Order: sequence, then structure tokens, then C-alpha cells
Amino acid sequence: MDRRLSTKTKVILTLLVIIVVAFLLHLADKHMDAYKLRILNLIAIYGIMALSLNLINGITGIFSLGHAGFILIGAYTAALLTLSPEQKEMSFIIQPIVPWLAHLHTNFLFATLAGGLLAAFAAFLVGWPVLRLSGDYLAIASLGFAEVIRVVALNAISITNGPLGLKAIPEYTNVWWAYGWLLVTLLFIGSLVSSSYGRALKAIREDRIAAEEMGINVFKHQLLSFVVGGFFAGVSGSLYAHWLTTIDPRLTTLGPMLTFYILIMIVLGGLGSISGSLIGAALFAILVEWLRNLEEPFKLFGVIQTNGLPKGSRILVISAIFVAIMIFWQRGIMGRNEITWDNLYRWFSRLRRGEKNG
Amino acid sequence: MAKGEPLLVLDHVTMKFGGLVAVDDFTNEVREGEILGLIGPNGAGKTTVFNVVTGIYYPTSGRIIFDGIDITPLKPHQITHLGIARTFQNIRLFQDMTVLENVMVAQHHSISNPDGDRILKMNGKKPKMNGKFWFWRSVLKLGYMDMEKKMREEALNLLEKVGLASLAYEKASALPYGQQRKLEIARALATEPKIILLDEPAAGMNPKETEELMDFIKRIRDEFDLTVFLIEHDMKVVMGICERIIVMDYGRIISEGTAKEVQNDPKVIEAYLGKEWEVI
Amino acid sequence: MNITFLVQNTFNGIMLGGLYALIAVGYTMVYGILRLINFAHGDVMMMGVYFAFYFAVLTKSNVVIAFIVAVLGAALLGFLIDNVAYKPLRNAPRISALITAIGVSFFLESFAVVVFGAIPKPFTSIFKSQTLLMKVLNVGGARIPVLTFLVIGITAVIFVFLFLIVYKTKIGMAMRAISADIPTTSLMGVNVNFVISFTFALGSALAAASGLMWSMRYPNVFPYMGFMPGMKAFIAAVFGGIGSIPGAILGGLLLGLIEIFIPAYFQSMMMYRDALAFIILIVILLVKPSGLLGKKAVEKV
Repeated sequence: MDRRLSTKTKVILTLLVIIVVAFLLHLADKHMDAYKLRILNLIAIYGIMALSLNLINGITGIFSLGHAGFILIGAYTAALLTLSPEQKEMSFIIQPIVPWLAHLHTNFLFATLAGGLLAAFAAFLVGWPVLRLSGDYLAIASLGFAEVIRVVALNAISITNGPLGLKAIPEYTNVWWAYGWLLVTLLFIGSLVSSSYGRALKAIREDRIAAEEMGINVFKHQLLSFVVGGFFAGVSGSLYAHWLTTIDPRLTTLGPMLTFYILIMIVLGGLGSISGSLIGAALFAILVEWLRNLEEPFKLFGVIQTNGLPKGSRILVISAIFVAIMIFWQRGIMGRNEITWDNLYRWFSRLRRGEKNG
Repeated sequence: MAKGEPLLVLDHVTMKFGGLVAVDDFTNEVREGEILGLIGPNGAGKTTVFNVVTGIYYPTSGRIIFDGIDITPLKPHQITHLGIARTFQNIRLFQDMTVLENVMVAQHHSISNPDGDRILKMNGKKPKMNGKFWFWRSVLKLGYMDMEKKMREEALNLLEKVGLASLAYEKASALPYGQQRKLEIARALATEPKIILLDEPAAGMNPKETEELMDFIKRIRDEFDLTVFLIEHDMKVVMGICERIIVMDYGRIISEGTAKEVQNDPKVIEAYLGKEWEVI
Repeated sequence: MNITFLVQNTFNGIMLGGLYALIAVGYTMVYGILRLINFAHGDVMMMGVYFAFYFAVLTKSNVVIAFIVAVLGAALLGFLIDNVAYKPLRNAPRISALITAIGVSFFLESFAVVVFGAIPKPFTSIFKSQTLLMKVLNVGGARIPVLTFLVIGITAVIFVFLFLIVYKTKIGMAMRAISADIPTTSLMGVNVNFVISFTFALGSALAAASGLMWSMRYPNVFPYMGFMPGMKAFIAAVFGGIGSIPGAILGGLLLGLIEIFIPAYFQSMMMYRDALAFIILIVILLVKPSGLLGKKAVEKV
């Protein structure tokens, strides 16, 4: 039986939720301490990263490991645009910055858009050859491209400032930018997935050949998914750079480890589920912060003083949890299901019917 | 195109995989409105013929002409857009999607197959796509909801016609085997084809289901104005509904004709002897 | 740019290539059997080196004994990883096993960080006499460390043993059979699980051997030391034809030579040395994904 709510009802409900969330964010912005606020923003950034990777890996079934590369491109592009010419001149001490970049300066919105667009373009270039390969090869090739991007970033000193990276990036990322972009990402990807295109992408995931035989240009649709995912990866990169205020290409935090983290988020939440990706991102951010606290001296049960776990235990625990999830609980929290108004409505109706029957 | 005219023509089609000749100089045609059977022992190359026609393989030599268009170099999604649909020997449904979604996927090419349309226009035929810019329109929901509603209604209609409407919201993987086969056919029908290629549709069915299938195929041929090209091992089906039969062995055509003619052809009997066949 | 330069670089290239080849063989054997890219392979190599280091330091034993212990320890580790993390996923989609392998890799690396510490350790400190490591031979004008000859020699011997095992023993035959077809092989009475475990153990032992020799040449031991060599060895395996042992050896040798020769003759490429492997990867995947010695697989529809 298919009980559905009317489109109008769903739109109104969604708008209500947005208003409530916006209000809560406003309260948080005013009253939360700086540290917690930072985590809150990070959750949104992770959310965008998770949503964009989930579109590629979970919904279309393309096992891409190159996401960090697109995030990096978005980060650099946006930061180079928001840094003032004077700041750039000061930072680029190994080699002066390329002249055409020196005077480019714009606001956060355009910088983020530019980051997203450039990342999308990179995704197009990378996807074109890489998507012709099958599963395992695709994974490695995408990882390879991400590494190449990182190595180029390390060495194209007159563009990226090489190993010195970019510092003192203005901390533009606040609750409104972070959650605003998260909303945009959610609406865009959600709308895409619920449309015929979404069905086509899922069909490609289920059975490529059957999808092609049903009239779907598999390559074109995979590329589409890849480019959209790349765009939002770039956006998240910009937000991340303006949250962290530095970009250091040597650190693995913007390399394979980041892609791994995002993978954990989407697997934890349920590969293929949009709501799952958000849940996974939030849980991951909180878990990592909680574990980070454990690495400092803390009081066990509030009484016994301990020295804190050794540095680096965070990742150890996370990877152990991740492997355990993969072995015992591959579905993740949501599996492939979504939290939608229709699903909630059906769930409530079933509860109500259960009550009526006694 | 008038009934009886050749709709799909295979012209000296040969398919080699390295040294193995899977299809050897296959020349024949499928005529508008007919139900044509393709039979032969296992490994005769029947499915390979289907795969070549639908564009999965590019033939080593020869041409395939459909509705007057040379489709030999075309890709599968373009060929489907032009009007050839198929089912698979091993059911290839989109398992994790619902019955309705499986059918609706097959409608996607009506909003997203520009290269297919290009080929239609090049050959003087009417383009099939319903407008342009559907990607942006579907994301931004600009005039998309009506299209979605239309596709949904047509899909439900189709399911009604084939008797699967009550299962529309079940996952494809949850369906019993016989229904899954039906769903595959329904999905193929949703692409709005002129000709449908059925690869062993009766496989694994009991006699009652087979009877129903035979009626079903005849019915859809009439109701949807189709041409049917089918591969089968079940001789009851073949002799029962095929107006014409082609027999393959080792990649070549060894006989063709009506059911009676083929049954009595000594070459056919020889091909099947020793392979434990019962020709009813 | 003369003969001595050429000779020196050739020996260096072969040595490096041999080390890559040892690791690459482990990747290719596992892929051939399970179609799994064992991301954790490079980290098993790292663990092997740490095993040797700590064993020698804690028991003050002879280096040779420490090496043997390390190789056996790595073999055991490889076996354990397969049993705990990969075996439960034998029938799961390949993506799941791949993701799990990545997880195991990060697990091992962070384990090393926590337990062994992130600060690099000097491998050569476990050698009682450093003279052998330092000795340099003069070969017609080219100065080549004795170590280079030693490594090349040992690598060659290991490969001879490997070929004997794979082509002349029953278990080797079983390995080759399984990489062609698992269900049929098990129907032939072969204990598939045992052979798979053996393959993991063997590959890990080879990786550890490579790591030990690597550390003699580049004595910095740190938790992430397996990442790059592992990645590059995998690329070498793909380059040569994943699933083919001769391919892995060929790929490894070629990669080693390329990594030495290109920066040697094009000084400006020195910075991009690490990227060379990835460029090779991208090129080979675009031009001939099955690799130099690999065969194209046709997907049955």
C-alpha cells in the first residue's frame, strides 16, 4: 500500500524544519562557546563531504577514492581568492605568486563557488578516463589522481606556495555559511536522487549492463554524478579551509586519510542513504572530538586521574571500529533507507493503526 | 512500416572472440509483427546474436539494420532509444529497487538520450525525447513534477496491463521467480520498443506458468503493436507461438521455417541428437 | 653522463626494482586469488621491520635471527589479517572487502604510532658491526655499495625459491588453480581456505624480506614507511599485469629503473619522483589496464 503525502504538505513540512533549524542555529551562534561552535560547523562541513561522496560511491556505485583531491582544489582555489593581494605577497616567500593570481580577490561566496566549479571541472577531467575502468582499477586510479593533485600542489610553488601552504586564511566559515551550503547541497542532491536521474544512477549501481540496455547512457550519467560530487567536494574544501585557516599539503589530513574518514562516515551512516550520510558525518565528528579529549589527561569516572591515551590512539580506535563495522554491520545505521516525510508518515500511520487494533 | 516487412536485418554478421567464432555469417531478418523463434543447442551462439544486435558487442564483420538505420556502430543505450528492447537469460533486474522503479528507469531515456535523438533525426525519423534540459529541470523542479507524474501514471498503467500492479511497491528481489521474469518483460516494454528480444523467457517455469507466458507474449504483441524475437529451449513455447523459427548450431544458421518444417528437418534432428532433447 | 654513471644507476635501479618486486608479488598473488587489493600489504611490510627491530633490541640477538623472526612474524600477521578481516567478507561485494582493507591499513599504521611511537628509529643500530653496510666496491670506476650487490643477490635467490614453490610444488599448483577458478578447484578436493591463508602468509613474508633489506639501505623506520612503497609496489603489479607473478617482477624492476633513471638524467624531475609511479599507473590504466603481461578478461553477459 502506498500512502503518500501531497507535495504541498511535504514542502510546508520541509520549510518548517528549515525555520526551526535556522532558529536553533541562531541560538547556538549566540550562546554556544567557541569550541563547541567549531565542532558544530565541522559537522556541516563533514556533512557536505559525506553527501558528495555518497552520491558517487553509495548511489551511483562508483568506488572513487579520489575525493580528497577535489576537496583540495576547492580549498586552494577559494583561499587564493579570499586572501588579499598583500597577504599573498607576504606568504609567497619561496617564489613570488604568479602575477595573474596576485590581484584576484573576491568575497567568500564567489570564492566558494569558484572552488566548487574548479573542482567540478577537475572531476570532469579525471572522470573522463577513470570511469572507463572497472571497480578495483577505478578505485586505484582515482586514488592515484588525488595523489598527483597533492604532489602538484606541493610543487607548483608559484601557484600554491608549495610545502609552506597557505596560512592566515580569513575564518569566514560560520554557522550560516556552513549550514547554508549544507542545505544547498542537501536540496540539490536530494532533488537529483528523487528524480528520474536518481533512479538512473541507482540502476547503474545495481546493474550497469542492464541499465545501458534500458536506454541509459551509463558513462554520461556516471560522469554527471562524478562532476556534481566533485562540485560539492570543492565547496566543502573552501569551507574547510576557511574553518581551519590553513592549508598544508604535506599533512595527510587533506590526503588519503580524509577520503578514508569520509568513507567511514558514509559507511557508518549507510552507504547509499542521504540521511545516513548526515547522521554518519555528525556521529563521526562527535566521536573524533570525544576521542581527542581522551588523549588529554582526564578523570576516569570523574574521580581517577589518568594520563590520557597515547597520541594517535584516536585513529587506532576509529579504524578498529570501522573494520568491525565492515565485518559485522555492513549496512550501517540507515542501510539504504531514507528519512523522508513519506516514510515518517507511513511509520506513524502504522503506529496509530496498531494502537487502534489494541 | 507494414506488417511482414523486414524490421530488423542481420547481414552476414560474424562475431569472433579471439579464436572462437561465436556467430558465423548470420544472415536473416525479423519481420514486422511476427513472433520469430531462435533455437539451438547450448552454446550455439543465440545470446551472442542478441548481444550483437543490442550493441553490447561490436560484430567482427557484418551489419545490423533496424528500421532502415544501420545500427552496427551504435551503443546499447542509443539502440534502445531507437526501439529495440530486451530481457536477459539470467534475470538482470535492479534488485534493490521497487517494481515500479524498475519500470520507471526504463522511461528515463525519454528525457535523457540526446545522442539517440540525434541519430533518429539524422535518419529522418521523429526524435523521441520530450523536451530538453531535463537535468536542470529535474533538480530545480522546474516543470518537472508534471513529467514525473506522467511517467508514473504510464508505468502504473503498464504494470496494470501485465498484472503486476499490486506488487508495484515491493522490492524486485522480493518477487517470486515467475513474477520477476514478467517484471523484466514489463521493464523492457516500458522503453516503448518496436521490437522486443526475449532471452529464454520460459526458463525455470512450470507448465502452467509456461502456458500463461505464451498467452502473455501473444497478448503483448497485439496490444503493444510489437514484433517479438525470442530465444527458447522449451519446445512447447517455440512450436506454440512462433510463426517462424531459425535454428542455430555452432554459430551458424542450419535451418529455418515454420514449426513443422523445422521439426522434420534432418539437420535439426542431428544437431539435437545426443543432447537429450525432447522435441514435442 | 658517462659509463660509470650509467652503471651506478643501473645497479641502483635493479636493487630498488627488486625490492618493489618482492612487495608487488604479494599484491599480485592475493589479487589473483581473491580479486582483492590488499591495501594493508605495505603496512605488513612495516610491521615486519618493526618486529626485527624490537626483537633485536629487546633480546640483543644476532641480526640474522631477528630477520628470521621478523619474516615469520609478518607471515603470521598476514595470515591473521586474512582470517579476521577478509575471510568474513569472502562473499560480500568486492567494494566491502576493499574498504575493509583500507581500514586494516589505517589500523596497522595507527597501531604502530601508538605502540612503537611516531619518531623514526634508526634501523642500523641493531647491527653489531656496521662495516659490511658501509663497504663500497669499485666496479670499473663505478662505486657501488656492497649492500647493493647483497640485496640484489638475496632478492634473486628469493625469487628462485618463489618460482620453485609456485611451479614445482603441489601447493603452488593449487594457488595457480585457485586464481583461475575457485569453485572448481575446491571440488577437486583442494582445501581452498588453507591455500588462501598460505598465499597471504607467503606474500607477507616476501614483503617483510623486502622491508628488511629496504631498511638496511634506507634506515629510517617509522609507522608510515609502508605506505609509499606499498602504493608503488601495487602500481608496479598493475603495470606488469595484476594477477601475474612474472608481471609483478617485471613491473617492479621497471618501476625501480624508471624511478632511478629519470631523475638522474632529468634533474628537474627530482621533486616529482613520487608522482612518476602514479603517472605510470594512469597511463597504463588508460592504455592497457590488464598490464604489460596481463590478459584481457571478457565479461560474459
